[in-house]
Amino acid sequence: MACIEARHLRKAFGPTVALGDVDLTVNEGRILGIIGPNGAGKTTLLNAVLGLTSYEGELKVLGRDPWKSRDELMRDVSFIADVAVLPRWIRVTQLLDYVAGVHPKFDRAKAENFLAKTTIKRTSKVRHLSKGMVAQLHLALVMAIDAKLLVLDEPTLGLDILFRKQFYDSLLNDYFDGGRTIIVTTHQVEEVQEVLTDLIFINHGRIVLQCSMEEFESRYVEVMVNPDQLAAARTLKPLQERNVFGRSVLLFEDVDLAQISALGEVRRPSIADLFVAVMTKEKP
Amino acid sequence: MNAPNESRRSTITRPFYWSVWREIWENHSVWIVPAIVSAIVLLGSLASASYLPKRRQNALLLDEMHRRAAIEAPYDLAAIMLLITAFIVGLFYCLDALHGERRDRSILFWKSLPVSDLTTVLSKATIPLVVIPLVTFVITVVTQFLMLLISTAVLAPSGLAGTTFQSFNLFRESLVLLYGLITIALWHAPVYAWALLVSGWARRATFLWAVLPPLAIGFFEKVTFNTTHFASMIADRIVGFAPEAFSYSPHTTPLMTPGKYLSSPGLWIGLIFAVAFVVAAIRLRRYRGAL
Repeated sequence: MACIEARHLRKAFGPTVALGDVDLTVNEGRILGIIGPNGAGKTTLLNAVLGLTSYEGELKVLGRDPWKSRDELMRDVSFIADVAVLPRWIRVTQLLDYVAGVHPKFDRAKAENFLAKTTIKRTSKVRHLSKGMVAQLHLALVMAIDAKLLVLDEPTLGLDILFRKQFYDSLLNDYFDGGRTIIVTTHQVEEVQEVLTDLIFINHGRIVLQCSMEEFESRYVEVMVNPDQLAAARTLKPLQERNVFGRSVLLFEDVDLAQISALGEVRRPSIADLFVAVMTKEKP
Repeated sequence: MNAPNESRRSTITRPFYWSVWREIWENHSVWIVPAIVSAIVLLGSLASASYLPKRRQNALLLDEMHRRAAIEAPYDLAAIMLLITAFIVGLFYCLDALHGERRDRSILFWKSLPVSDLTTVLSKATIPLVVIPLVTFVITVVTQFLMLLISTAVLAPSGLAGTTFQSFNLFRESLVLLYGLITIALWHAPVYAWALLVSGWARRATFLWAVLPPLAIGFFEKVTFNTTHFASMIADRIVGFAPEAFSYSPHTTPLMTPGKYLSSPGLWIGLIFAVAFVVAAIRLRRYRGAL
């Protein structure tokens, strides 16, 4: 079943087009990464999905129109925008009381269990927690909500590498169960590569690449080309060529693996490299 | 397979109730400021305790009406100070209510929960219309009770303690206070609702946006037509409840006139404006994100 269905989704702020005619289907149980440069329209897309902004075109999230029924939708959707949004004045216990009091699918014991593994004190105010602790607290709340869709907009921004790793480990091990759908946007692409099942590149409000991770792996290869075969390799129309320690690394799309492996050492490309290749091609 | 799972996890939620608590947690000023005013009043009555027997002896020389007025005066003054405090606290609460959550970006968190804009805005309107009047009632009654204890303790040695109770009835005073609080809250509802609307609309300087347009209209009217209809309308909105809710005659305690109050057009016109402002604030919050 489709968790998100968008047809001709459009959003403009005055003359600036934030989203131009986006078609998108996200099926249940997928972990979708939305990658794009700053100002590409990622947050606008997520805001439309979350009912935080109006839009033109058709959009259904879990069968509902997010703009018309945000409050109902939020029973089944959780959302971490970035760590700054938890109110600074609130105490941890008050936060637990409040979410337990308003959210029908919040399991307080689960949140308490998660918090017990951290150093967060129940009586602390959010303003006295470190940035990493605030992220842990928010994650504890979200993981205790039995949601169908989880939206993460730069969830690990400003966190150190230990917290970032722990964040995705917790999500994958204790939260994701195949029935849920997760959408994540991040600039730390290398950290989510192993996590994702689907991938979207977005630029200037348009989807410029859309594939599953299986497709990504079968479609794109990177070859560290032997110097004497560089000219031959270039005739195969690489997407991008770059230099690593004096050797040329060429990125290919849809090429014959047998033919290409004769040119040098074949590697799996990173999302980040493909992203750079696609975006530099987009530029002009 | 899904159904039992859902019924196990689904619990009864009370979004409105918890949203009101949320406001009280965030805005300590709704009870701290009245409590401070009460403490000042009590300090004042302690400080003046040594003059009290002499003053009381003087008061007892007056005729009954003036005596009653003289004995009641400090209690009335305490109540009036707390009523004014309630209005100021309520007004400043409203001016921040829908602005603070946008300023600190927590609106993104609140909107990630299944709580509608209707529930959120109504819970915020509940603070000046219900919570602050209730807090003011409790603090005023407690303050007056403590003042009564102080005065009784001070007057007891001179045998004048009983004279307070001949003139001052805490129970009746409390009833009048409760009636006063309700009539004032309903009369001021459009003022609070306007402040809420501005706090949801303005990007900054909510106080100026709330106050300057009415001032400008009043000024414009005075300069252009040399009349003051708008200004007197605003003044009536602030203090106009008194002649409708109470009947004053010299030398008697004011009488409650709920019939006159409920049939005054000013009350209902004000409430229509209040509802319109609140509805606009609810609609507006849907479009609002972090600043």
